[in-house]
Amino acid sequence: MTTITTAARRRTGSRGRFRGAALGVAAWLAGILFVLPILWMVLTSFHSEVDAATNPPSLTASLTLDGYRAFFGLDGGASPWPALLNSVTASVVSTLLTLLLALPAAYALSVRPVRKWTDVLFFFLSTKMLPMVAGLLPVYLFAKNTGLLDNIWALVVLYTAMNLPIAVWMLQSFLSEVPAAVIEAAQIDGARLPTILWRVVTPLALPGIAATSLICFIFSWNELLFARVLTGVVAETAPVFLTGFITSQGLFLAKVCAASLMISLPVLAAGFAAQDKLVQGLSLGAVK
Amino acid sequence: MTVTTSAARVTAPAAWPAPRPPNRMRAWVTRAPLLPALIFMIVVTQLPFVATLVISFYDWNALYPDDRRFAGFANYSEVLSTPELRRSVGTTVVLTATVVLVSLVLGLVLALLLDRRFRGRAAVRTMLIAPFLLVPIAAALLWKHVLYNPEYGLLNGILRWIGGDTAVQPDWISEMPLMAVAASLIWQWTPFMTLILLAGLQSRDPELVEAARMDGANEWQVFVHITLPHLRRYLELSVLLGSIYIVQNFDAVYTITSGGLGTANLPYTVYQTFYQAHENGLASAAGVIVVIGSLILATFALRVVSSLFRAEVSRR
Repeated sequence: MTTITTAARRRTGSRGRFRGAALGVAAWLAGILFVLPILWMVLTSFHSEVDAATNPPSLTASLTLDGYRAFFGLDGGASPWPALLNSVTASVVSTLLTLLLALPAAYALSVRPVRKWTDVLFFFLSTKMLPMVAGLLPVYLFAKNTGLLDNIWALVVLYTAMNLPIAVWMLQSFLSEVPAAVIEAAQIDGARLPTILWRVVTPLALPGIAATSLICFIFSWNELLFARVLTGVVAETAPVFLTGFITSQGLFLAKVCAASLMISLPVLAAGFAAQDKLVQGLSLGAVK
Repeated sequence: MTVTTSAARVTAPAAWPAPRPPNRMRAWVTRAPLLPALIFMIVVTQLPFVATLVISFYDWNALYPDDRRFAGFANYSEVLSTPELRRSVGTTVVLTATVVLVSLVLGLVLALLLDRRFRGRAAVRTMLIAPFLLVPIAAALLWKHVLYNPEYGLLNGILRWIGGDTAVQPDWISEMPLMAVAASLIWQWTPFMTLILLAGLQSRDPELVEAARMDGANEWQVFVHITLPHLRRYLELSVLLGSIYIVQNFDAVYTITSGGLGTANLPYTVYQTFYQAHENGLASAAGVIVVIGSLILATFALRVVSSLFRAEVSRR
């Protein structure tokens, strides 16, 4: 967003304009280079397995939906629906739970801040910086001893904890933009906290809540390590389903492309919808 | 096991003076909405760490539960003296440093390119973000099978397009395993760096830049004397957050090499030690070592976040 004043532009003249165009082209090339592997994956997913495995690759091979048919188990393979359904359950329920816990907490950290509210905020942040893998064993042993292994609800609880700090940070910053007078007015009318949160804060902070939900959804949907360790046949999630493709068996390139794309589709959609908020979630609210 | 920096203490924004509670009752009423989240976090995230710490002092193989006994620091000395385990510490450092530094430099270049008006800027931005929005294991599968495969992968396909039938056809993963993993991560994480640094560039004071130009500063001088100092905190933040995420990486190592060929990093080793070797004590000790490394990173990261946060709050 370099502001070029008319005076400066006059000084740089046509050389500057040429440089500007060249840099624009460079940006385009970089963008294309980064997206190229994905475009290639899309093309391969529509090829037949034989065409997908040619070297040098074929750009003009005929297109087919066989890869997608194979992914959906229509040719006799395993159906992905149970795994997809588990992922939807884990992501959606944990996102709702996260919001349910984070919204009152964010209220207590912004609208009516408790004393030392920044310390509490930073406590949440610090939990996010510790590697999840270090808690893996106790969580596994606990799940094993309580019969929660291969149970999707174990993942729901873990994903809620995983996303809660992000949600608290994001919502805290969104809620602090809610005008004080609105909440005071509701309080004078005798509204209690749940009413204030649901009737006053939620509608006003709706864009922020939506962005937070999308971020939480993406992280839960992507998670592999805990899902891999804690689930088996019944509760496997979509990323665990993809681990089946790690070792190659025969010709399966089109199928792996189709599967990877289908399973990434919800994240791609959510991510593009929340493009600006994505970095806020990942930087844990530090960058807007 | 919580990091609180002194820098974290920030005064409440002026619009919201912290209410002076007339009595204890009122203080608890203010605190009440916070408690469910706080308690949930402590139980689900802090207790397992404490348990890991305790287990790390036991000689405990899950296949021989009756032989469990207190072992002091034996697990730690074993982690630090067994070649494979010690190598995984080194691998983690090399992998993290490579990915973070390369993505940072690429991210800076891309952010500078995107920080100017040109036709189709929004489209380019969208294209750049796309790698980051692939499910991590899907991205790893894409690199492993679609790009790296020596027989039908795109990389060797391009080499053959250019060089004909005599073109070199390297087996990327076995010839350069760690770089193969790193390249896929760099591809996924450069967009993240770009987005943070772009946010930094766009928070620059345009009047300051313009004033410098008026005074005859050229592009390079503006970059060195205004842009870089302003970006410093954003660069620090990118490095620290990137490190925190990539130290923890499991998906790429697990998918592309399954930890083989010297690519096993600490998270993968922790996973394997307990999941396949059933060595609970050893796995926990390795886990504690990851935590210590992350704590060092986290301390600095929190300081940077809090300085950005303070600037944010005072601006409100």
